[in-house]
Amino acid sequence: MSDLEIQADLGRQARARSPRRRRIGAAEALAGAFALFLITAAFAPSLVAPGDPLAIDPLSAFQPPNLAHWFGTDESGRDIFTRVSHGTGGSLVIGTLATAIGLGLGIVLGTMAGMLGRVVDFTVNRFLEVLFAFPGLLLALLVILVFGPGAQTATVAVGLATAPGYARIIRAQLISVRSAAFVEAATVLGRGRWQILVRHILPNTLAPLFVLGTLGIGQAVVWASALSYLGLGAAPPAAEWGAMLSAGRTYITSAWWMAFFPGLFIVLTAVTATSLGRALERRARHA
Amino acid sequence: MSPGTGATANRRATPGPLVSMLRVRDLAVGFGPRPGTDPVIAGISFDIAPGECLALVGESGSGKSVTARSLLGLAGDGAWLQAAELAINGSDVLDLSDAQWRRRRGRDVGLVLQDALVSLDPLRPIGREIADSLRLHTTLDRAARRARVQEVLERVGLPDGRSRVRQRSGELSGGQRQRALIASAIALDPPLLLIDEPTTALDVTVQAQILDLLESLKRHGTAILLISHDLAVVGRIADRIAVMSAGRIVEQGPAARLLASPRQEQTRRMIAAIPIDKPRGTRLASPGDRADAPATPLSPPAFHVSAPAAAAASSASPAHDLASGEVVLEAIGLVKTFRRPDGRDQLAVDGVSFRLARGTTLGLVGESGSGKTTTARLLLALSLPDSGEVRVLGRPFSAATERQRRRLRPELGAVYQDALSSFDPRLTVDAVLRDAVRGARRAARTGSAGAGTAARDRARVLELLDQVSLPRTLLTRRPLSLSGGQRQRVGIARALASEPQILVCDEPVSSLDVTVQAQVLDLLDELQRERGLSLLVISHDLGVIQHASDQVAVMLDGRIVETGATAQVFRAPRHPYTQSLLAAVPRLA
Amino acid sequence: MTDAAAGALRPDGAPRSARPVRVRPRPAVRRTLPGLLAARLVGAVFVLWAVATITFVAIRLIPGDPAEAILGGPGSQTSPEALAAVRARYGLDQPVVVQYLAQLGRLASGDLGRSYALKQDVTPLLVGQLGGTLLLAALALVVAWLFALVLATWSTRGGRFAWYLGSGLEIVAAALPHFWLATALIVLFSVWLGALPPISTPGPAGLVLPVLTLAIPLAGFLGQIMRESLLTALESPFVLSARARGEGERGVRWIHALRHASLPAISLSGWAFGSLVSGAVVVETIFARPGLGRTMLNAVTVRDVPVVIGVVMIVAVGYILMTVVTDLAQWIADPRLRRR
Repeated sequence: MSDLEIQADLGRQARARSPRRRRIGAAEALAGAFALFLITAAFAPSLVAPGDPLAIDPLSAFQPPNLAHWFGTDESGRDIFTRVSHGTGGSLVIGTLATAIGLGLGIVLGTMAGMLGRVVDFTVNRFLEVLFAFPGLLLALLVILVFGPGAQTATVAVGLATAPGYARIIRAQLISVRSAAFVEAATVLGRGRWQILVRHILPNTLAPLFVLGTLGIGQAVVWASALSYLGLGAAPPAAEWGAMLSAGRTYITSAWWMAFFPGLFIVLTAVTATSLGRALERRARHA
Repeated sequence: MSPGTGATANRRATPGPLVSMLRVRDLAVGFGPRPGTDPVIAGISFDIAPGECLALVGESGSGKSVTARSLLGLAGDGAWLQAAELAINGSDVLDLSDAQWRRRRGRDVGLVLQDALVSLDPLRPIGREIADSLRLHTTLDRAARRARVQEVLERVGLPDGRSRVRQRSGELSGGQRQRALIASAIALDPPLLLIDEPTTALDVTVQAQILDLLESLKRHGTAILLISHDLAVVGRIADRIAVMSAGRIVEQGPAARLLASPRQEQTRRMIAAIPIDKPRGTRLASPGDRADAPATPLSPPAFHVSAPAAAAASSASPAHDLASGEVVLEAIGLVKTFRRPDGRDQLAVDGVSFRLARGTTLGLVGESGSGKTTTARLLLALSLPDSGEVRVLGRPFSAATERQRRRLRPELGAVYQDALSSFDPRLTVDAVLRDAVRGARRAARTGSAGAGTAARDRARVLELLDQVSLPRTLLTRRPLSLSGGQRQRVGIARALASEPQILVCDEPVSSLDVTVQAQVLDLLDELQRERGLSLLVISHDLGVIQHASDQVAVMLDGRIVETGATAQVFRAPRHPYTQSLLAAVPRLA
Repeated sequence: MTDAAAGALRPDGAPRSARPVRVRPRPAVRRTLPGLLAARLVGAVFVLWAVATITFVAIRLIPGDPAEAILGGPGSQTSPEALAAVRARYGLDQPVVVQYLAQLGRLASGDLGRSYALKQDVTPLLVGQLGGTLLLAALALVVAWLFALVLATWSTRGGRFAWYLGSGLEIVAAALPHFWLATALIVLFSVWLGALPPISTPGPAGLVLPVLTLAIPLAGFLGQIMRESLLTALESPFVLSARARGEGERGVRWIHALRHASLPAISLSGWAFGSLVSGAVVVETIFARPGLGRTMLNAVTVRDVPVVIGVVMIVAVGYILMTVVTDLAQWIADPRLRRR
């Protein structure tokens, strides 16, 4: 069991429960707006925060949030809002890449288990079971132990640590689709194995992966930040959220905003990903 | 506690007996924000006397269940309720508070729902569930409660109560479960019982037993409101019948009168739609039944009770007496074993043989667990027999490879019980049918892929829609948004795409309302006559089988125990099992 | 998680059918209790062997000479003689297969080797750390269950507003990263209110913030799961039957619904354990609390391989024990899983 599997399942249940809520709710609209902001900040950070994230201004160090510096300033007088905005790209890239790695591995393992017969299924399943005995962060730490700390390793580590969850979801989806009544109906109509695979099984298995990916990016951003925070991911001068939070911790008693706002962005990203993932899920089932 | 006026069943010609256990006048219920607007049910008025059974009959969505729940103050969250009068056992219950309602529920009025597997808490022993109302409404101590539970269990015919009380609903059979559920409702002997579809999903023999139990409660003096979609079932125990449609009672009267000479159109339609005792070829659906199914011109009712083979009456080997004409589908000694979860093997199908002759219908009938569905899967080669063989048009089918079978598959169409799940949820009706048409074209290797193919496919899709009397506006819809009858028609259209000679129908109408069921049965009958289809109809419903088939095969525990011409088997069943089955079937007369 | 546990009420892999039926049990493998435990034992041995093998292989992938790592990492001035002595001492001069078998043998006898950095035996070192982490995790689990129960019952009772507030709180809580939540709690309770110590002191006051940090996100997950299953149970026919017998709102919830609602959450205990262990790494580091998590992080930072292996093995054992406990809890709570 992984966070992701639970998230995915909760999305499914919420959908089953509220068929009438098809309109875009306020929460979904907010989530969409924040997602747009994040994407803008990732591709063109100067649009949302025109300043220089590395510009040092010792005179205005440790300013609490005010009109000039919405999120306050850090020990060197750098504007935290600017730094957080410019850090969006880095955090999202790490999150997206990690998700891609996890999802990719998950697809390979899950498809092998779901398609290649009982022996492969058994083997892959046992393998996944063993991986579940390394709870998420532990698996990531093991990867870092082997390959050393750094942003790239952290990305790979998070990807590897999330892969078993994806694999299990994909396998379950594949198996349930493969034995679905409409697949049998296609067999009765005289369709060949490949036709059924291409026309029915793959589309019905792959469509939910968009939802999974959306949910997964939120999780991956949190995990990658955790590694940065622990000093094993992106290193402090970089404007990555986890690293900024970690740097701010030193001044926690005097300048709480230094740690608070980077963390707030991590939380909001995760909540946004969850809400959007669930909204996507609902939409997909009701279309 | 029981009102004692008992055994003299109060059969009156008009509603409104003098002694009234339940009196309802002008009841309206709705879920809108403002009371009185958008009612789900309205103008509901009836009385039930002690020892009397009133049946509320209607199709799904007619408002029967809402009516019953309103009588318990359980219409649901946000529901409003208005009535000129609502009295249980002579006392007004219209303005009861929540706490006052709670004191009455279970004591003055009991409720029995359908599907006892989920209507009894699956985590609690049935003894506790039955003792609940005793715990809530009496001061009996634990020992007294236990004694009373034993007593009630005996009364509903679940003896051996001592170990029973510790079982949970999942450990009981369907009939036992329903009895336990009834026991939980009558633990305090409430003078009024509301019973919602008590026998739906039960096999006929079990259904008959449950009806007997209700009959005995009635004799005991309990007033019963029986809710059902099945006129034939309620005909057995109801004194009066009220027919509901679109939230209103359209006709109400003594059971015998109402069934014999219905006055309202809706009642007439429902009675006409009941398939049992209607000869083969009789049209069941009344014209103009539904907007989405324009009535197709009806050829004169051809009374072709097809020639029962002379050998049919006296033969020990069933495989040979069924078919007299050319055999299109043949099962030879099919055997299929499954491994149960506990590791033991179970014979699901045990030496099943039959032949389906061209242009005829073979009905395969049996109760749940008799192996009908496994047989259907074997016939369609969705699973392969352990031994025995299926032959299609005289050629090997189950013994062939899937690649070889694919050439024969276009000759063998299938109609499923759950049409919805047989459609890819992503596809529209158009895509479903187009896939089928395209596949059929490729299989037939007619018409080279090129100019005009798409147009021809399109024309063929429309033609199929016409054949099953569906409007073209449905093409853009997804099956999920269609009604049950429409889904089944789309399923039939898909099966017809390859112009099959044989159609295997597994419980084709069992999840449909009776009038919709009538339409689908009529459609299958028409298609057979127009196209010379050979049909294998599998059903648990003897009425459907009697109406739809020329030959019948009765299944029990994976074997065929009796075969023969339908008329003959229904007139003079030879096997004891068939006899008990037929005796249990509720009929209108 | 083997299929016996997973098949029971695991919420994933729900079929895509249009009928959402959740009250009925999945076709679970019914077992007797000894049978269940025997199957678990076999699974446990396999998982432990596999975990040991994977870590062994992973360690071999570390670039560089392990002997140098033992002597203080690459770049430190080490004589060839010292390296050779270390290799001989740690068995690094043996063939790989021999090293592997030797390691398996040592693990089987409970010997986790000697720490590179701390120069002491790993087994007693970690056993000493175990208590603190266990206490933290157990308290957090209890608190999370309490929060989740309260939130789920309240948000399904209090009308539309409570519903939105409850589900919103749960989604946010589930998304809270431990490192940020800990920081926020320290700022709030230690810096501004001065009520609680910012680092973990031995007394009960020092436990409050670490436990809350671990419990809140977990409660977010458990609360969502419980609310969904609570609603399903409340809408089910057996609850209508109970109401029709005169059962009140409280009886319906306590006797029927909550038991059904807790089943899926119980089945997630294995996952909850993993989540707590992951969280402990962060929480123990932030609150400077001794425990397995902090030891693990320090060991990864200085590449103290035996300690990392030790923690991984202990966590794997813990995970297996947790799945056994989960099985037992399910076996007790859900009679449908029992075979007569």
